[in-house]
Amino acid sequence: MDKRVLIGKRIAQELRDGDFVNLGIGLPTEVANHIPSGVHVIFQSENGMLGVGPQPGTGKEDPDLINAGGGFVTQLPGCAYFDSATSFAIIRGGHLDITVLGALQVDQHGNLANWMIPGKLVPGMGGAMDLVTGAKKVIVAMEHCDKNGGSKVLKQCSLPLTAAGKVSLIVTDMAVLEVTPAGLLLKEIAAGCTLEQVKAATEAELITSNKIGSFGEE
Amino acid sequence: MVKIISIREAARMIKPHDRLLISGFLAVGAPERLIDELVALGTKDLHLVVIASDWENRGVGKLIVNHQIKSAQVSHCGTNKAMQAQMNAGEVEVELVPQGTLLERVRAAGAGLGGVLTPTGLGTVVADGKDIIQVEGKPFILEKAIHGDYALVKAWKADKRGNLIYRKTARNSNPIMAMTGKITIAEVDEIVEVGELDPEQIVTPGIFVNYLVRSGE
Repeated sequence: MDKRVLIGKRIAQELRDGDFVNLGIGLPTEVANHIPSGVHVIFQSENGMLGVGPQPGTGKEDPDLINAGGGFVTQLPGCAYFDSATSFAIIRGGHLDITVLGALQVDQHGNLANWMIPGKLVPGMGGAMDLVTGAKKVIVAMEHCDKNGGSKVLKQCSLPLTAAGKVSLIVTDMAVLEVTPAGLLLKEIAAGCTLEQVKAATEAELITSNKIGSFGEE
Repeated sequence: MVKIISIREAARMIKPHDRLLISGFLAVGAPERLIDELVALGTKDLHLVVIASDWENRGVGKLIVNHQIKSAQVSHCGTNKAMQAQMNAGEVEVELVPQGTLLERVRAAGAGLGGVLTPTGLGTVVADGKDIIQVEGKPFILEKAIHGDYALVKAWKADKRGNLIYRKTARNSNPIMAMTGKITIAEVDEIVEVGELDPEQIVTPGIFVNYLVRSGE
């Protein structure tokens, strides 16, 4: 299974009927393609919208209707528009059930780094710091290792943080990890991966039990 | 009272070193014609407050490409290579501000507040050098108000009192910037007579607006 699909599909299983959800740019948007049947969630976009619908067909784009990534979207029945301060009141004020974000690094304390690489890439945090600070549940969607094979699941993030201690769940192409006060609990391993492979690809210490599940079976 | 003026007259009011609050999210809801006129005039050394530095050819990105910005408070500049290059070269001094914090800091100024207390940025470099205030045992960062000499905003329709309504996600930061500019100039697609807009639908009351210009002039 494609890594993006694997991760998106697994995160979609965390959604509950009626949840208000914000999906970050990039990999997190894959989640929207795998909402389980019978589950209805309402997507928020931080540029001022609740009730975001799918991409419009060619020629149906509305220049005044985009998502936070700048892509054209549509409005679903019950949609609401609001200004950016209201949008961040929703985000920061604890009204969102779930936010899903990508990461450069995440660590066993629930710290997240996803907004800059000093000296290389300084795009800015945009709405990420507010989202991670305010959402009830913060899920990280990312590949387990970087392009050079280095672990992105660390004992301690080395890049500037987006927020400290706010991540609840980490879903990668290898594992599902829950952030607990004691550290990272290995909950599930991706089909085709072994415990040894996950441990080898993880710099952080993992808490394991004899009840590790699996995900991503074809 | 609100005055209807030309885009040229509006852009000529803005002088070097002015602090501009400009609306839009990735250029949607940005006052493109006012920006174009500012680019044509070439007014330099401007301070820019905006959600994102937009694209090289859209929104405030055009001012950056034309080297008119000296300093900026912005939450995201990843979509504009010129901004990245000018930041790295030290040509533009940039304060990166979390988006929600940026909006509240601007709103605070318009609302007569000295600043806001926010948890966003705690434990990160955003908190460096700032006062941490405990409220009922919880820490918050003291973030100071951001003022502006001019707010340049974009609305869908205005009436001749300056009451504004917006379209869809083109609303974004417009109502916030509009309330905070010492002088607020609204670029609008249509100006209607007083009484033609439903008072229940008005998002920005005209009291915040000083000048109207027509996007299609």
